[in-house]
Amino acid sequence: MIKVKKLLNQVVSLLSKGIKKLTNNRLISYQNNQLVFFKKINVRVTNKKREMFYGYVFISIWLVGFLFLTVYPLVMSFIFSLNKVTITGAEGIQMTFSGFQNYIDIFTSDLDFVDYLWAFLGQIVLYVPIILIISMVISILLNQKIKLRGFFRSVFFLPVIIASGPVINELLKQGAGTIPLLEETGIVETLSRTLPAFMANPIALLFDEMIIVLWFSGVQIVLFLAGLQKISTEIYEAAQIDGASPWESFWKITLPSLKSIILVSAVYTIVMLATFSNNSIIGHIQKVMFDTTKGYGYSSALAWVYFVVIALLLGVVAFLLKNPKEKKIKKGVKRYATK
Amino acid sequence: MQQSKRLESISKQKILKTLFGMKLTDGLVFKFLIYSLLVIVSFVYLYPLLYMFSYSIKSLQDLLNPMVDQVPTGFYFKNYLDAFKTLKYFETMSTSLVVTLIPAILQTIVASLVGYGFARFEFPLKKTLMAFVLATYIIPPQVTMIPRYVLFNDLGILHTVYAILLPASLGQGLNSAIFILIFYQFYKMIPKALDEAAQIDGAGKFYTYFKIAIPLSVPSFITTFLFSFVWYWNETYISGLFLGRDVETLQIRLQNFVSAYNAIMGGSGDVDFANEAIRMSATLLIILPMLLVYFILQRWFIEGVDKAGITGE
Repeated sequence: MIKVKKLLNQVVSLLSKGIKKLTNNRLISYQNNQLVFFKKINVRVTNKKREMFYGYVFISIWLVGFLFLTVYPLVMSFIFSLNKVTITGAEGIQMTFSGFQNYIDIFTSDLDFVDYLWAFLGQIVLYVPIILIISMVISILLNQKIKLRGFFRSVFFLPVIIASGPVINELLKQGAGTIPLLEETGIVETLSRTLPAFMANPIALLFDEMIIVLWFSGVQIVLFLAGLQKISTEIYEAAQIDGASPWESFWKITLPSLKSIILVSAVYTIVMLATFSNNSIIGHIQKVMFDTTKGYGYSSALAWVYFVVIALLLGVVAFLLKNPKEKKIKKGVKRYATK
Repeated sequence: MQQSKRLESISKQKILKTLFGMKLTDGLVFKFLIYSLLVIVSFVYLYPLLYMFSYSIKSLQDLLNPMVDQVPTGFYFKNYLDAFKTLKYFETMSTSLVVTLIPAILQTIVASLVGYGFARFEFPLKKTLMAFVLATYIIPPQVTMIPRYVLFNDLGILHTVYAILLPASLGQGLNSAIFILIFYQFYKMIPKALDEAAQIDGAGKFYTYFKIAIPLSVPSFITTFLFSFVWYWNETYISGLFLGRDVETLQIRLQNFVSAYNAIMGGSGDVDFANEAIRMSATLLIILPMLLVYFILQRWFIEGVDKAGITGE
């Protein structure tokens, strides 16, 4: 431990020496709170400017990464998506501009992708509310005065640690992802017989993967639990004195205070489901990427369509769960005042 | 007569009170309900693990015998040996650790620096850049994956460990945005007076960061590192693409388990296919390191999410 500290000290002193070297040469020098460039241009160093400088120094590493590994790829992938990209051994990547042809092809000839997209949307519409409700219920159970809370919490969080694509694949292949009781009662069969296919399929899938759906709610449970513990008990007591039942206090106190956490959890759930490696859309995108007839251009177009769909989904969720708290409080105050 | 009636009603009230409590939520019935619900749900959560374990110790006879359902007749250890050999466990594990531990460490350090920059300094475009940090979380990796693939290929680091290390060390790794946010939230909570005091004593900005911010934020470091580690361990899509077959992790090995099994075990006579028991043993072997980490450090995982302050905003 002492050695580490010594090492750190050395690093720090080296850094400060380096900075001094940087600011005391012919190009840049630092005198009387002024930076002098080339002995001609003087810049007054104010506290504000110093702060700016250090701010950018600290985030510079991210900024570089953002420009080279996110902005540049984003632009490139958009350019790819507007081209027919072929790869030849000798000349590398060759692009021929084709306008929005790739995008048109997606919706006219790539039936697989459109199917996957609908399945994905169905999955989101079904899974997200279920995951949110389940994790909220479990967190409310955990928030009661019970012993072994820590133990139960660890059990519910455990799947986050072990759920990877291949592991879940193996489990689903073995049929370990479903609760045997659900199959034996035949709920799934009756549902799939009575409902139209586009609704029945996701529901059947849901029952097949029931435990996996539960497994996806580990983080959300902990988030909700943290949110619940932030609500002070005094509010509940006050409501109780006013004659509110637990049921009423849930709808009038708990749910409104959890609103921002519901939004965070919903976004987290959607992004997680969208990027989970078992997702058939992202599998399709990768498959197409190495397909010689379609290639980078077409799969970039697919990725962009997928991106837009996810962004729209998140937009809808954000709109639905927007925090109209302030308005409501004001309205409530007015109502009380008029009474 | 009257007295006994009154006594009866009092005792009745007492029973009701112990059963249902003063306000419903502290009665015995309620407690019982909660505990039984929690136990049932916990069982459902653990069911796949139990299933995995019970299958992993089944012999071929047990698998074929319809009478043997959940509990195997004996402990058949050879499945583990086979899975062990097929996975090339120690060899692949060391690869896995390299492409998991190092990115996790790099990501933690970078996230701390960037989070500190955003939390402690005022500079133009700060809000916009923060929004971009969040945007990198929402952008699906599929959009940036192809140009990155081409870029890494041009740089000559495709199918090497560096293809994973480079994004991690530039703050663009797996879920980097979340980690930056964790540090941002934490550093925002440290009172500015501490910085000012250090400044008056002659400390520079870096000195303050190393001497004040880092020691205070050790819990955030641990949480970030653990989550980063676990997520890198479990991620297969991007690492599968960038590492290819040259750098094979345990997860990828599991993905191609059947073919790997045939390649290694093929032609050895009596066992010629990877049965469920062997596959379940392999799966268990792969989650085993994470289970161990979790059992030792679970406090840090859960409290990390709690304290990270993601819940606030």
